[in-house]
Amino acid sequence: MEESILLRFIPLIPFFAAALNIFFGQRWGRKRAGLLACAAVGLAFLLSLWAVSVLPPGGAIKDSVFTWIESEPFRADFAFRVDALTAVMLLAITGVGFLIHVYSLGYMGHDEGMIRYFAYLNLFIFFMLLLVMADNLLLLFVGWEGVGLCSYLLIGFWHQDHTNTIAGNKAFVVNRIGDFGFLLGLLFLFWEMGRQGVWTLDIGQLQQSAHLLSSEKAVVITLLLFFGATGKSAQIPLYVWLPDAMQGPTPVSALIHAATMVTAGVYMTARLHFLYSMAPQTLAVIATVGALTAFFAATIALAQNDIKRVLAYSTVSQLGYMFLAVGVGAFSAAVFHLFTHAFFKACLFLCAGSVIHALEGEQDMRNMGGLKSFLPATYWTYFIAALAISGAPLTAGFFSKDQILWQAFASTRGSVGFWFIAWLTAGLTAFYMFRQFFLVFHGPCRVREPVRTKIHESPRVMTVPLAVLALGSVFAGWVGAPEFMWGSPWQRWLEPVFGAQGQAAHGEVSAEWLLMSLTFAIAALGFFLAYLGYGRGAGVPERISSWPAFNWLARKYYVDEMYDLILVRPFTRCAAWMAQSFDPKFIDGVVNGVAGRVLGSSLFWRQVQTGNVQHYLFGFLAGALVILAYYLYA
Amino acid sequence: MVPLDYYLFLSGVLFAIGVVGVVIRRNLIVILMSIELMLNAVNLTFIAFARSLGSMEGQVIVFFVMTVAAAEAVIGLAIIISIFRHRQTLDPQEMQLLRW
Repeated sequence: MEESILLRFIPLIPFFAAALNIFFGQRWGRKRAGLLACAAVGLAFLLSLWAVSVLPPGGAIKDSVFTWIESEPFRADFAFRVDALTAVMLLAITGVGFLIHVYSLGYMGHDEGMIRYFAYLNLFIFFMLLLVMADNLLLLFVGWEGVGLCSYLLIGFWHQDHTNTIAGNKAFVVNRIGDFGFLLGLLFLFWEMGRQGVWTLDIGQLQQSAHLLSSEKAVVITLLLFFGATGKSAQIPLYVWLPDAMQGPTPVSALIHAATMVTAGVYMTARLHFLYSMAPQTLAVIATVGALTAFFAATIALAQNDIKRVLAYSTVSQLGYMFLAVGVGAFSAAVFHLFTHAFFKACLFLCAGSVIHALEGEQDMRNMGGLKSFLPATYWTYFIAALAISGAPLTAGFFSKDQILWQAFASTRGSVGFWFIAWLTAGLTAFYMFRQFFLVFHGPCRVREPVRTKIHESPRVMTVPLAVLALGSVFAGWVGAPEFMWGSPWQRWLEPVFGAQGQAAHGEVSAEWLLMSLTFAIAALGFFLAYLGYGRGAGVPERISSWPAFNWLARKYYVDEMYDLILVRPFTRCAAWMAQSFDPKFIDGVVNGVAGRVLGSSLFWRQVQTGNVQHYLFGFLAGALVILAYYLYA
Repeated sequence: MVPLDYYLFLSGVLFAIGVVGVVIRRNLIVILMSIELMLNAVNLTFIAFARSLGSMEGQVIVFFVMTVAAAEAVIGLAIIISIFRHRQTLDPQEMQLLRW
């Protein structure tokens, strides 16, 4: 384990940039504030690159800033630690985060609250870096809560509109529910390890002494922690906040969906893989939840008309893939998909932002179409990213998704069922991505009249990040090719972290080829169906959207309404009863009742104080006599 | 020689008269006199014990008590006079301002 003092600056630079922008941003002006924010993340990216380059193979770099809590025998350091897994996350967060920052310079350039926006954005990066670099779970939890806070701030960024603040609240509350499970898991883990004599939350020490836990305890702990992950990473049952998070500015959506926030849950499970692999039941639950979420969200995405909502459900679905991989024990594949997904999902969201920017805020795909000639740069980058997420051969998504599908099929924990669901989802993914693609960029232009004449391609500051992300969408996956092609440096890179359990089950090369062709076939089928349905004809096909099933999907299976009916309304009614009946009647009744009794008795007893000296003297005498009698006769 | 009990009995009676006077009389000057009576009853006890035990401490304390009693009478009478000037009465039942 090597030490390096430079490590602390990776998270601290964005933090100080945020602080400076909050205090001096107004004085400096919007342009300098924005540049400062970008420079801070860029610097963090360079430092991350340096950290990766000096990382000893199989080892880690550590930086202890100070002792945070010391209470013998427990001790928690404010310390950062970078190993192979963290390094990957660092590159994704700061690299993609930097591009999103640069893009925001163009996207938010005309916004009144730009300085506030960049301060929040930097704070977001800071908390996410804290989360991935923490060397103990307590510090990780600080980052965990911090990204929740920042997502709340940024989703409700345009707080003048009430629906935005409601969406922000929803994200925060749903995350809090998950965090409650996470916290319980943390406390339970801490307590159980303490009972074995190891009072620690340090990840390295936990890994060394994890074998002290019994299997049942590990199952409970990991289930609770996973519940936290379902909140952060938007899995069933807590995925509902993510689609609503679309109310924030589009680059924020890109940041939340690609680099920060939603990856936290996947990272956490990968980080604690030694606990999870002790609990096969939990892994089975995770794989099931992941597969179901992937399929479920993909079906919803089929029928959405909002350009960003399609992408939101697509994120939920892709996260489902990652958890499926975790659930079958393929942690390395999960992190690989997280990494490649960061590129193409950020690219897709920023493309959507570019479209929205060009159309002055229009988000309904039914009012788009034919934008290919107006927005060539956006068109091509979107096309590449859509190919990548659909798993077109030799793009990033192809390699990562293929690895997950193979693992779901061939791993000892996998099954044909998991593979089948994931396979179907791959087809759905291709369908909804290209449905969106054709609706937005092809066909006749359905943009409403006053806007139509003003459609313009976004400025360079927005298209260059798009191009870089598009390049990443293609080449980021090449580091993780299957063994029979040119081998996977990725696998070797992460092997010291995950050990043998992260290893792929290697089967027959022919079987791998077969599965790969099947995946490609269904993706191609999805593309073809999308072309038939939306690409060929003119406009939005009415006959599809009039199907009852389509409506059912468009309304998102009525899950929000169901939650509202089962959970939200009884809860608010209960809260209303508490506020309007219980509190004024019972709580106030007790307080006022006690006060009333005291007042009544004092009204009586104060008459003892007559003001007549002789009465007091009489009392004095009687008291003296009583004491005298006591000493004489007792 | 008169036995010690007689002195103690007399002193007890005088003290009781003083206490009752303080509690029940309606004139501040009489109350002050009753206090003097109580002090002198105590003095008598001291003297009696000093004599019977053949010790001088009791007699010394009596001198202190007499000095204090003299000072107390001076201050007490001065207060009573100024009260009388204000209120034209010496009845403690008329002086009940300091109450609920």
